[in-house]
Amino acid sequence: MEIRPILSSLHKHRVPALLIVLEIALACAVLCNAVFMIGQCIAGVRAPSAIDEQGLSVISLGGIDEAHVESGMARNLAALRAIAGVQAAAAISDVPLGPDIWYDGLTARPDEESQINSSEYFLGSGGEQALGLKLLKGRFFSAEEFADSTLLPSHVSSSHVVLINESDARRMWPGESALGKQIYGDNAAWTVVGVVADVLGQDPNGNGPAGMYSSIFFPQRPSASLNHYVVRSAPQDRDRVLRDALQVLGKLEPGAVLEGKIYADMRADYFADTRDMAWMLMMVCVVMLAVTALGIVGLTSFWVGQRRRQIGIRRAVGASCANILHYFQTENFLLSTAGVVLGVVFGFAVNVYLMENYEVSRMPWYYLGCGALALWLLGQGAVLGPALRAAQVPPVVATRSV
Amino acid sequence: MFGYYLDMALRSLKRNRVLTGLMVLALALGIGASMTTLTVFASLSADPLPEKSSQLFYVQVDPYPKNEPFSRSGKLPWLMSYIDAMNLLHAGRAERQAAMALSKVKLTPENAQQRPFFSDGVMTTADFFGMFDVPFQYGSGWSAGDDEARAKVVVIAGLLNDRLFGGANSVGRILRIGDQAFRIIGVLRPWAPQPHFYSLYLGGRDYGAGDAVFLPLQSARAIGQMPINLFSYAAGDKQKLETAPSTWLGFWVQLPNTEAASAYRSFLGDYVRQQVALGRFQRSDAGLSSLMQWLRDQKVVPDNVRVQMGMAFSFLLICIVNTVGLLLAKCLRRSAEISVRRALGASRAAIFMQFMVEASLVGMAGGLLGLVFAELGLWCIRRQPAEYASLAQLDVRMFVSTFAVALVASLIAGILPAWRACAMAPAPQLKSA
Repeated sequence: MEIRPILSSLHKHRVPALLIVLEIALACAVLCNAVFMIGQCIAGVRAPSAIDEQGLSVISLGGIDEAHVESGMARNLAALRAIAGVQAAAAISDVPLGPDIWYDGLTARPDEESQINSSEYFLGSGGEQALGLKLLKGRFFSAEEFADSTLLPSHVSSSHVVLINESDARRMWPGESALGKQIYGDNAAWTVVGVVADVLGQDPNGNGPAGMYSSIFFPQRPSASLNHYVVRSAPQDRDRVLRDALQVLGKLEPGAVLEGKIYADMRADYFADTRDMAWMLMMVCVVMLAVTALGIVGLTSFWVGQRRRQIGIRRAVGASCANILHYFQTENFLLSTAGVVLGVVFGFAVNVYLMENYEVSRMPWYYLGCGALALWLLGQGAVLGPALRAAQVPPVVATRSV
Repeated sequence: MFGYYLDMALRSLKRNRVLTGLMVLALALGIGASMTTLTVFASLSADPLPEKSSQLFYVQVDPYPKNEPFSRSGKLPWLMSYIDAMNLLHAGRAERQAAMALSKVKLTPENAQQRPFFSDGVMTTADFFGMFDVPFQYGSGWSAGDDEARAKVVVIAGLLNDRLFGGANSVGRILRIGDQAFRIIGVLRPWAPQPHFYSLYLGGRDYGAGDAVFLPLQSARAIGQMPINLFSYAAGDKQKLETAPSTWLGFWVQLPNTEAASAYRSFLGDYVRQQVALGRFQRSDAGLSSLMQWLRDQKVVPDNVRVQMGMAFSFLLICIVNTVGLLLAKCLRRSAEISVRRALGASRAAIFMQFMVEASLVGMAGGLLGLVFAELGLWCIRRQPAEYASLAQLDVRMFVSTFAVALVASLIAGILPAWRACAMAPAPQLKSA
């Protein structure tokens, strides 16, 4: 295909050509960034967490007299375990994704300062099984370790042992086994006895990507800070189990404020904003692409209309239908290419701006590539209709005066 | 002449119904998306206390050790320790001053059939109500004397009063907090400044429903109420919050004018230097931010909302470029008509006006339809679970701005085609026709 006549024709229609290029460039820039952010949102919403998310129900027990917590807990747990369908139950301080948050900075060396907030979980006896933690190395806590450990007035666990996430183990001791190593924080040190598959932190949205999978587990004997009961059951039983559990605890603890939730719902609520953001971005993308396509169709149709006579002359002197079709397709290809090149530059600039001002990471290059490809295809798709109409212009038009 | 242009524009728009429809629809979508996000942004970044905000200042000091600072970038700690808050409170160097923390308060209904429940509580000091112009339905707040005497008095929000006492005047009645009896001394009218400027970092919501129970700080602590948020700057006993190395209070002052503000600033400087000399502090920086400055610095408007707004306005820009292209196409197609008009004596200005009228008609139609889209968008946002959802309302200001944005957008879109139209030389066009 000869490109020179196309270029000279475009040169004659500079302004409309530039408008198409600009529109494609803007659409490309927005599309790349929006798709990238949608990807980040979805990655957040789908972030795995190695606990039995589908089988858990969580009941928070607030406002009870601290003096009776210890004696009440064994009785409450026994009652919960007696409910039909309950596989395990335990008291713990918090569950992944909040709503309560307990952070500390933990390091592999005593004099180091941590750059990451690690979520601390205090588990009552049987907490590992009730949550469904997946042990990768080492062991869970022993009965003595549970009985010996409590929260000191300095808000530090008196335990000597901890379980940590796989990610933390790899971050703190790359290439080594974490088992038996000391972990330091707040003037205290603990020995790692087990490594579990990654459990989400208590507020990954607020804590940044680095702290997403920084979680540490301490054993703890019955105390007031273990104010959440987790009950594990088969997913199909959990609604009934939660109802029964609330009733049982309501009778046993008449003075307490009870709040029960299915863990899957807690997770959905936590990520509701992120999900909405992804939907909104997706809608903008679809509408924006539609508007861009319509703009290309509109302008090309106008061009075809304006050049009917010239097309007729070309057809009369021997150009085939295919030649005319290819002419408009090539023209669009040139415009799209210019737009896409400009768009990739814009898109990159927008990403840099977002990185500086918001919590957005660097966009991998293939998002730019995919955005460019999408707009190329969109351009070719949009031009097809007007180009086919142009190809059907009969040569006889050339002989008519208007 | 304007009427004639209007008639011409309407005829021209009617001639290509599909093209006109597409232009209006594209513009309306852009305007709808932009106005939806702009409305959310405007209501989230609005001044929570328009009459008072210029007089209110947030105070920050830094008790963190130098080798383990609060932030690597030199930011001051968000909250204050009890010792500092009480020192500043008792110094009384501002017109009004109050320390505050949020706490979950367990309320036990009189009726033994009803279960106890948690309510959003504020532990604060006497000046809170006067300083923030909190409106009372019945009764009033407590005095500094009540603070010192750890009086068991409480102020409740209207909503809680409706729930517990059916909306009757409950001043003098008893509210059971935990297992303690507190005497109600005041009931508030609905009060929920948006954002909840006074409780940033105290552990509550930033937007949405207001707090329900207001307790004197020392009385609440005496019955063991704990703040929701607690940050520690050193190891040590954290059971006794009054002496613990922990920050958990927000501290606000009212300073009526700039002299008072600069006087307070120098007082604060002296206080911090004195604490450094005593060895309590290692850093002599202090912060005194006006209310709006504090909200801006802390980026209270969620990032998502800003990103959405940027996205919507980029989309509007694409829609405008699209409209420019389509208007241009239309205008070039009409070169014969323009040439005839020019040959018959119409001036360039007249042609320009004619095309601008046509563009603004597209704009107004786009604005009208955009308003429908904006209402639809806001309706969707109100159905979201976000805490600011209920704030997404189109007010008169935004209603007018929608049309302003639509008109400006369409006029910008119209300039290029109109200029091309009036710059056209009539003779060649007439010849070829």
